[in-house]
Amino acid sequence: MIYLELFLGFLKVGFFAFGGAYAAIPFIREVVLSYGWLSDEMITYIIAVSESTPGPIMVNMATYVGAEKGGVLGSAIATLAVILPAFVIILLIMIAFKALLKNNYFKAVLGGLQPCIIGVIAATGAFMTYKNMFLTENSGNFLPDIKTIVFTILLASIFIFLKGYRKKSISPIAFIAVSAVAGIFVYGI
Amino acid sequence: MNLLIELFLTFFKIGLFTFGGGYAMISIIEHTCVEEKKWLTDEEMLNMTVIAESTPGPIAINCSTYVGFNQKGFIGALISTIGMILPSFIIIFIISMFLDNFLEITFVASAFKGIKVAVGILIVDAALKMFKKIKKTTLSIFLTLAAFISLFIIDVFAFNISSIVLMIAAAIISLAVYIIGKAGKSGAGK
Repeated sequence: MIYLELFLGFLKVGFFAFGGAYAAIPFIREVVLSYGWLSDEMITYIIAVSESTPGPIMVNMATYVGAEKGGVLGSAIATLAVILPAFVIILLIMIAFKALLKNNYFKAVLGGLQPCIIGVIAATGAFMTYKNMFLTENSGNFLPDIKTIVFTILLASIFIFLKGYRKKSISPIAFIAVSAVAGIFVYGI
Repeated sequence: MNLLIELFLTFFKIGLFTFGGGYAMISIIEHTCVEEKKWLTDEEMLNMTVIAESTPGPIAINCSTYVGFNQKGFIGALISTIGMILPSFIIIFIISMFLDNFLEITFVASAFKGIKVAVGILIVDAALKMFKKIKKTTLSIFLTLAAFISLFIIDVFAFNISSIVLMIAAAIISLAVYIIGKAGKSGAGK
């Protein structure tokens, strides 16, 4: 039953995504792939769309996947599921457990979760990049794609240069827009 | 103006105009809720940020629930959170109806191929940014690297292991290190 699957899948995402938007991406990818809802390719596109539209990225992705698999009802259920853990936990903390945040054991658990999630996020980004460069789109066989390798190195160099040289953070939307235009030139009209 | 309507409209506006998720949102919420509306003091804002970062889920939702509950209890929390997600829900739903067809146009597909490369870079960059912010101890550096290497290997070889397993393991290791450290200290003190 797709509605129940969407609910449980996104409940899991909402419950384990410590540290905001990017923390959710690995879990959403995992859930969506394990149910076979969408291809890895499509997930990347949805990340880009979610980054370029207003609102929390996690909520945007849940809405999109829900709509794709179950129409209005599906997207409402997925969205609700992804925000439910955050909503309930904050209420509980405000009503009853404010002291928990000062508890040393709880702090120790968080101290382990934070670095782990950072590693998980980095691995997800690195694997996506690896996949773009070395795996063929549909079959996932090993096949280096020279055009994409050069393109990735170029884009990453520009990104690092701008960040290091101007010492400013680059807006993800601007970076996505630039890469879209560059993509049209590299991969053709 | 009725406080509930004000909460709804305020968070609707925040939801509509904040691009880029979590951290971008915190600065806008700070501006609106502390400076403009005076719903929170500076200290409360800081507390809320800590709570939002230490709990799972979208940071924006943590914040809207916190502020709403602070102002008007459960119903305030509910109305604020609904206000927060409604704009993006409507926008994304409309986009989802068109994206599939849109991708069949060749130049759009090329553009998205370019975007795909950018997304990978942005995700790695987000992780690096977060890494800069955490306290660097032997344990935290070890856990970051261990999680990175494990998940990358899991992905490359398509092993069927969830990253949730890695998170539970990291939590247990960190808790164990804390407990052992504490026992060691009290033992040395005797």
